[in-house]
Amino acid sequence: MNYALLLQLTVQGILLGGIYGLIAVGLSLIFGVMGVINFAHGPMMVMGMYVSYWILVVLGIDPYLSLVLVAACIFVLGYLVQFLVVNRILDFPEAMQVLPLVAIGLILENSVLLLWGPDPRSPKTLLGLAAVPLGSATIDVSRLVAFCLAVAITGSILLFLKKTDLGKAIRAAADNRTGALLIGIKVDRINNFSFAMGAATTGAAGALLIPLIPLSPHLGHDFTLTAFVVVILGGMGNLLGALVGGLILGVAESLSTLFVPATMKQVVSFSLLVVIMLWRPQGLLGGRR
Amino acid sequence: MKRLYLLLSGVFAVLILLPLLLDKYVIGIFVMIFYYAYLGQAWNVLTGYTGHISLGHALYVGIGAYISTYLAQQLNLTPWVGMILGGIVAVLVASCIGFLGFRFGLRGVYFVILTIAFAEIARLVVCHIKPLGGFAGIFLDFRPSFYNLQFRGNVPYYYISLGLMAGSVLFVRLLEVSRMGRLMIAVREDEEAAQALGVDSFKYSMLAMGISAFMTALGGTFFANYVYYISPNTVLSMGLSIELILRPIIGGLGTALGPVLGSFILTPLSEISRSYFAKGGLEGLHLILYGVLAVLVVLFMRRGILLYLRRALAPVLRLEP
Repeated sequence: MNYALLLQLTVQGILLGGIYGLIAVGLSLIFGVMGVINFAHGPMMVMGMYVSYWILVVLGIDPYLSLVLVAACIFVLGYLVQFLVVNRILDFPEAMQVLPLVAIGLILENSVLLLWGPDPRSPKTLLGLAAVPLGSATIDVSRLVAFCLAVAITGSILLFLKKTDLGKAIRAAADNRTGALLIGIKVDRINNFSFAMGAATTGAAGALLIPLIPLSPHLGHDFTLTAFVVVILGGMGNLLGALVGGLILGVAESLSTLFVPATMKQVVSFSLLVVIMLWRPQGLLGGRR
Repeated sequence: MKRLYLLLSGVFAVLILLPLLLDKYVIGIFVMIFYYAYLGQAWNVLTGYTGHISLGHALYVGIGAYISTYLAQQLNLTPWVGMILGGIVAVLVASCIGFLGFRFGLRGVYFVILTIAFAEIARLVVCHIKPLGGFAGIFLDFRPSFYNLQFRGNVPYYYISLGLMAGSVLFVRLLEVSRMGRLMIAVREDEEAAQALGVDSFKYSMLAMGISAFMTALGGTFFANYVYYISPNTVLSMGLSIELILRPIIGGLGTALGPVLGSFILTPLSEISRSYFAKGGLEGLHLILYGVLAVLVVLFMRRGILLYLRRALAPVLRLEP
């Protein structure tokens, strides 16, 4: 076994895993609060990517600097989706919850296609192809920065939920909806805010991914599924679990390229998904079911 | 009820005579209407009647398309037999997925994710199988004959797809009023209560899964021999899985005529807008329309358009309310 390669792949896996974690945190938050699975999660991330790309091309602001702006845009998008659609389907049977969100994913995906066309794009960014050595491995600076920012954002969300009043209200609503209503928490608003925040985190993750993968309108499904795998690995509704799950999946996918072609790495993650669902449906760290 | 059957027979008779009047392009649209109504019906058997949502039905379309095509190319086996073999393989695969899902108690969203995962695994694996053409897919040789299920012009396809659709409506209606269908509906409405009354919910879920997969695979063979080209990103894609569930939802889930109504509404819309918008460089627009329509139907007509049509026509057709 080539240890330098192994190290390189592991490091790369961890770095990408941080971003997977950030994407999945949003999904997990939405599920935790409302019990709804956001099937439009990936397309929302792609929307974030393209908004960030647009800011880069039109205004010349680098994705790292426009991160907050992108997150704000996707926050608004998420708020609208929640306000217009998701709020009305919360009491529906599960079948009817899945379909509108799939349809919203379809709308977002094709809006991107309509606005920016089908061709993949890889814009030039500030850090671009810079790299630093780490022992026998090299790390792309943009990957490292993306990882650090992703972990920092995830950390601050966890802190926000632990320490602030709004965060506590969100946790209360997730824990016991009726109880939260009884003590005067406006659960409707909490729902709106949580969905919007979940969308904003995935939008931010999209912006961080810009230097790493070429943009394409059809990336969404893959990332929705990746987020499912991560969330199920870590446990539905468990935010720390989402980060851990992201790291595990990142490393697993990265190392799997030793054995299968890179385009098959998702077979590994989907197989992992099936095994985890059957063997430990509450996730590795435990979650709400 | 009697008048409804009379009306439907009348519609069927008109559809049989219709190709005499229409030009090629319109017949092509009708073929797509029947094809998607049929696929929607196949999905409806599982999701409409037992309530288990599959978002991976493209898997069975792909199995049907690939197996019959591969056997026709390698062994010169007629697709009429190949489609049955494809159907059997689809039943086996569906049984595996169903067994895992139903035995391990994966319900609701977990079952949805399980079906997506299997369909995506299949798509990625087929992308890497050289004899099946990999990413590029397979172009079918055009050898028109009844034996090869290939024909010049699309009138024969019109009748085959009409037959598939009409057969599936008849089948689902018979299923609906049979003991098996009633028990499936019991599982859909309340699985625990059904079990408490002694209904073997596992058995009926598996049966629905198998029937649905078999029907879907037949559709896959038809499609392969209609467009002469199959690839993992068309017949095995998640996009197809989404596409084929929209019609029964919009028409009315768990009804024999819902998928047909949904297809008659959506398919012409998509075919016309696809060709119309693509000319103007607006290629994704028809899918946006779909999405908006699906959201609106779920929000405001949760049980599909058929219910409203039925209410409106109830006095004329003397249906029970």
